[in-house]
Amino acid sequence: MKLGKTFGHGILGENPIFRQMLGICPALAVSTTVFDGLGMGIATTFVLVFSNLATSLLRKIIPEAIRIPSLALVIAAFVTVVQLVAEAFVPALHQSLGIFIPLIAVNCIIFGRAEGFAFRNSPLQSVVDGLGMGLGFTLSLALLAAFREVLGNGTFLGAQVMPASFEPMAIFISPPGGFIMLGLLLAAINLIVRKLEKRAAAKV
Amino acid sequence: MENVFVILVGSILVNNFIMSRFLGICPFLGVSKQLGTAVGMGMAVTFVMALASMFTYMVQRWLLEPLGLGFLQTISFILVIAVLVQVVEMMIKKLSYGLYKALGVYLPLISTNCAVLGVALLNMTENYSLLESVMNGVGGALGFTLAITLFAGLRERFELTDMPKWMHGFTGALITAGLMSVAFLGFQGFIR
Repeated sequence: MKLGKTFGHGILGENPIFRQMLGICPALAVSTTVFDGLGMGIATTFVLVFSNLATSLLRKIIPEAIRIPSLALVIAAFVTVVQLVAEAFVPALHQSLGIFIPLIAVNCIIFGRAEGFAFRNSPLQSVVDGLGMGLGFTLSLALLAAFREVLGNGTFLGAQVMPASFEPMAIFISPPGGFIMLGLLLAAINLIVRKLEKRAAAKV
Repeated sequence: MENVFVILVGSILVNNFIMSRFLGICPFLGVSKQLGTAVGMGMAVTFVMALASMFTYMVQRWLLEPLGLGFLQTISFILVIAVLVQVVEMMIKKLSYGLYKALGVYLPLISTNCAVLGVALLNMTENYSLLESVMNGVGGALGFTLAITLFAGLRERFELTDMPKWMHGFTGALITAGLMSVAFLGFQGFIR
């Protein structure tokens, strides 16, 4: 597969959140502010890239039978790195993401890519795949968080963007708002994809 | 004892794992199309979460902390849970084939259920004792079972209703989950 195609897949065609419905837990839990969403996205991307790289390098050494526990350990090791780095350099983020940083280790996207892609592809391909998937995840998270923060709090990245007369709709930063907003965004994206597919079909 | 009861009610209703903590959404959306399978998944999760709470507590407090290996928490918890799921699977297979048939399919799925690792980590951040940890695990899992069972009931009805086209599939499921979550919000302030 071409590298560019591998990269683009993660962002559009196989977007982890909106197309594959993977990694919904962190997406809902840490999308109340754009800052948290971006932080989570970057942390996940880091783990994705390095676990893909390590898996791809080790793919000929790891026996097929014990690949699941081995991959889980590889992923957990990189998650620990992220956890320690975040605690040391961005304590505010470490505080607000809480247990969701160690929980990156059980994020289905990471496991899915390591097992489904990196285990069968070259290191370079795997790194590019990790970057694409990570970017797709980060963008989706930021999009969801942007809607929730602006509507629920009237701010964007902490800066006031809505006029003073705007009454923040607190529902959007509470848990139910997360489910509903993700549902609405998913519907909108499905509609756009269907329109695009129709147009593409009409051209052919 | 009072404290234990508060933790139990708290983790079943007030801080429901799915509805307010966002842990275990994947199986919640994935295995909730039929009532029967939802209940089966709930039972398997309850079993594993109670055991995981107990064993991760022991590993953390009696092994990692005395040795000063706190940074190995994530890795060792994942290992403990994976081993536990494997052992539970083998034990059930030997002891009760009927139960194995009913739960077998869900067991491997549980090792990647973030609710299991989530409850283990929460027990540590909340500084619960061994008994409190196990109660939190059982309560959290019962809350999970409650939510997934109710949701499966709703989704079965969905199949028969005439919904707008854009609501089909995950979209409708997410919005329904959101409305259910509003109901669970009503428990907020139930304790403290």
